Amino acid sequence: MNATLSEPAAAAPHDAKFHTTSYLKFLRMAFRLATEGTWSFYLWMTVLTCVFLVGAHAWATQVAQGMVVTNMTDHVSWGLYIANFTFLVGLAAGGVMMVIPAYIYHDKDMHDAVIIGELLAIASIVMCLMFVIADLGRPDRFWHMLPFAGKFNWPISMLTWDVIVLNGYLLLNLHICGYLLYKRFLGEKPDKRWYIPFVFLSIAWAISIHTVTAFLYCGLGGRPFWNTALMAPRFLTTAFVAGPAFIILVLQIIRSMTNMKIGSGSIQTLVAIMRITILIGLLMLGSEVFTALYTGGGHAVGIKYLFFGYHGLDSLVPWTWASVVCMVGAAVLLMRPKVHEHLRTLGPACVLAFVGIWIEKGMGLIVPGFVPSTLHEWVEYLPSAAEWKIMAGIWAAGLMVYTLLLKVAIPVFTGNYSAIRSFSSTRCPT
Amino acid sequence: MEPTPTSNGGCGSGCGCHQDPGDGGDGDDATRRNLLKAAGVTLGAAAFAKALAPLASWSRENLSVDEFLQQHYRELDKEQLAAVLKRMEDDTKEDYGADVTITDHRPQKGVKFGYALNLSICIGCRRCAEACHHENNHDRATANSYIRVLEMQKGSIDIEQANAHYDHPVPHPDKFYMPVQCQQCDNPPCVHVCPVEATWKEEDGIVVVDYNWCIGCRYCEAACPYHARRFNWTKPEIPEEEINPDQSYLSNRIRPQGVMEKCTFCLHRTREGRMPACLEACPTGARVFGNLLDPESEIRKVIDNKRVFVLKEELGTKPSFFYFFDE
Repeated sequence: MNATLSEPAAAAPHDAKFHTTSYLKFLRMAFRLATEGTWSFYLWMTVLTCVFLVGAHAWATQVAQGMVVTNMTDHVSWGLYIANFTFLVGLAAGGVMMVIPAYIYHDKDMHDAVIIGELLAIASIVMCLMFVIADLGRPDRFWHMLPFAGKFNWPISMLTWDVIVLNGYLLLNLHICGYLLYKRFLGEKPDKRWYIPFVFLSIAWAISIHTVTAFLYCGLGGRPFWNTALMAPRFLTTAFVAGPAFIILVLQIIRSMTNMKIGSGSIQTLVAIMRITILIGLLMLGSEVFTALYTGGGHAVGIKYLFFGYHGLDSLVPWTWASVVCMVGAAVLLMRPKVHEHLRTLGPACVLAFVGIWIEKGMGLIVPGFVPSTLHEWVEYLPSAAEWKIMAGIWAAGLMVYTLLLKVAIPVFTGNYSAIRSFSSTRCPT
Repeated sequence: MEPTPTSNGGCGSGCGCHQDPGDGGDGDDATRRNLLKAAGVTLGAAAFAKALAPLASWSRENLSVDEFLQQHYRELDKEQLAAVLKRMEDDTKEDYGADVTITDHRPQKGVKFGYALNLSICIGCRRCAEACHHENNHDRATANSYIRVLEMQKGSIDIEQANAHYDHPVPHPDKFYMPVQCQQCDNPPCVHVCPVEATWKEEDGIVVVDYNWCIGCRYCEAACPYHARRFNWTKPEIPEEEINPDQSYLSNRIRPQGVMEKCTFCLHRTREGRMPACLEACPTGARVFGNLLDPESEIRKVIDNKRVFVLKEELGTKPSFFYFFDE
């Protein structure tokens, strides 16, 4: 990994006893790194904790009183939770846009920063799983899904595939990040055999998580709005906009708040990816809209409602146009030459792209799949206060996880923490 | 090395690691910091417990260990099932005050149920939907029913032109009426998508739900092209005296909160050789129900002699529910 740090050549293999003691030390160091910080860090974590608690209370109330506290109905039976779930699968997959340049094209700057993307995948998947649980009417029966203990309708149900790929992706990234951090903590060179195969597997796996998630929806013949072969490619394309957009923003924050060196090459590469993927995303959207509207009939109803409303029902119209404006605005801003050097253009472009795609995955994709219903009844949906609270709580939890992961990873990777030196110097005596 | 804002100079927990010079007084600072941290964690944990309090009281009141650990319907042996049915009867008594009998009706050999509906004589009175509401112990507050009657525009068979919320005397001269309920598909999308096999197709063609196995993900509701599935958004409310006491595990027993339900062709009646409640309620005789495997049955006569069609045939769901016009 980072060649700037002086590290001994591959050390002699250690026995299990060595790993038991040093791994405990590693965990202790990680715990301390994660809980020590400036006042602004404590303030940030306290605010997130408060938001999380509000969400946790709203969720507990939802389980107790039933999902009647949401604005979902038998007509619009999925809403804000599944929308966020879908978006976050994309965010998790988007991290792979750092992994590919880093490991396949050996982009040096990207290689130094790739852990930021891998950790984002972990935090995003954690949020995905929380959103799935928030959407369950009976979370107490979660064990019914476990293989062997429960019944797992694999391979027919696409949801079981999603459970496998999401948890697999989580484990892969936990292993890769955990292994690299531990090795760096020991002051040793990571053994390629223990992470390179997993990195390559994770690249294919990242594609699979968003493909399978698209298949959840596009495989349903009874929902013409979703029943399009373009869904999986569109999901991946927008994921490769939202992922890099978020990572660019995080890299800027890390640059200003820590002494981790973020080479401009990594941001330049991410911008180059976004510039293309956002245009492909818009092209695909245009293609869908044309096919539906020019043909007319059943497939067009959903899109017409989305963009123009239907007989006075128009609660999604502002969302739809907001999303289009965000996406087009971001695309235009990204066209500026050398935009990676103009952070005042790049920052807003990333925010616009991120928000635009978030809206598109929810109000622009999940909800209109249900309006009109399969018997052509028109029931509109906007999330209830409880749904917004639970959503905010889960995002707060995810941001906490991401903050703590970065809080541990950055000092370990920059080697800029006395604990590493003191621990690794006491390695031999113990 | 240089102390950074994030590292804050040394580990600070008194473990004996070397501090940078000039960090005097760090010991006191660390103690204060640890105290504050401990206070913060305690406060956080207390707040978390408080936030989740509704969950704790809900599980105490509504969730017994037996219910939590109950196996899938098809895994239960005779004794286990008998115990489960007994427990459910007791729970109904406790929750709703009603004495009910919950039976386990199994499919009969050589029977596959089919339903046909004569659109020429249906008058759109919605008595079928109402009968369903009472027969199947639906929640009173939402006036739920497994049947939706669509008012169709003459000159079109397209349900895009239909209206399920008509409110005027029927039959309207310019309209005709099409009740829609579960089509008991032979290729049911709802069954395929269920992640936990909580819904399946029985040998007599009826698609059922184990209400005690369903996790409430509502994927089946998204997958069904006929809007045949319903979710229990809250605990159903029914006055004691209105509860239909003749119940069955897979059909009309009162459903728990947070699970899916659907039309079962009234299997607690039809598996005993009786007719579904919606058919008995129909004043015009528009509904025909019977055994598709019996060549002498009325349903077979309809299919053999009338020009029947199924809803959304292009989706390949292969419904066991047929529509026809008489003239």
